[in-house]
Amino acid sequence: MAFDSLSAFIVMEGHGPYVWACYAVFAVLLGGMMLWSAKRNHSVIEACQRRYEADAKTSAQPNRNASATFARVEISQD
Amino acid sequence: MWQWFHKLGSPKWFFGIATRLMPWLLIGGLLLLAAGLVWGLAFAPKDYLQGNSYRIIFIHVPSAFLAQSIYISMAVAALVTLVWRMKLADVFVKAIAPVGLVFTFLALFTGAVWGKPTWGTWWVWDARLTSMLILLFLYGGVIALDRAINDEKSAARAVAVLVLVGVVNIPIIKYSVDWWNTLHQPATFKLTEKPTMPMEMWLPLLLSVLGLYLLFGWLTCLRMKTEILVREQRTRWVKELVLAGGK
Repeated sequence: MAFDSLSAFIVMEGHGPYVWACYAVFAVLLGGMMLWSAKRNHSVIEACQRRYEADAKTSAQPNRNASATFARVEISQD
Repeated sequence: MWQWFHKLGSPKWFFGIATRLMPWLLIGGLLLLAAGLVWGLAFAPKDYLQGNSYRIIFIHVPSAFLAQSIYISMAVAALVTLVWRMKLADVFVKAIAPVGLVFTFLALFTGAVWGKPTWGTWWVWDARLTSMLILLFLYGGVIALDRAINDEKSAARAVAVLVLVGVVNIPIIKYSVDWWNTLHQPATFKLTEKPTMPMEMWLPLLLSVLGLYLLFGWLTCLRMKTEILVREQRTRWVKELVLAGGK
């Protein structure tokens, strides 16, 4: 260890605030970016899943409008 | 060779490779970075001139390295976008521009905080610092331009041109400490020469640089995968993949 005690490690002969501020901002930004990217990946997958499931539901239902009927209609001439 | 090049252009192929690589990149990156930073913070000897403030170097130099490497790789991808119209190259640029912005900000921020106890000032308008600030604005410009254009193909082309124009800034950043008299110290790493730092300082720095590169690799894979999912969600392979769990 380059320091005699834990307090010496934290104070760093007066340079502690500068050093620790840098490391804190670095950790927050890097960690934040990693977590945020993972979260966005997850939410995109979930959105796709919901969409595919919704598509599957609508295509599974019988669609009455689209199917044409060709029943012959006899019109009475009477 | 060309087959490999065409495969690289296939989002599906990339997706599979990225998924397999990601755990190794994450574990390796975290281990190397943690080792480098703990070594640098607690065990490396203090600098005879700067005292303990120099310990900021273990995050400042890796961040600055990545800020520039990311821009260079974006420029290569931009060229590929313009010449071969490869979709994956544009996905790459779009996915990593925000990462480049964050690392450039980190390099500037840690540099400013390091400058205060070392030079007695947070900021000077010298060549290295100013050219890094321009890099930050370039990243911001690339992100803003991409979001401003709705059409995917037009956005890809416009962004590629902007990235290529901005690449002129990279040699200026690199050689600014040699061309002009700056407050910033000369380069810490030189590939052609022996390091001027003692080994006990240089090795932890090397570890944290490598670790951060691996974590950047992980971020790139993850963010490109997200972008591919968004763009290719109508294709059958994405549908099958997402319904199988999205891995």
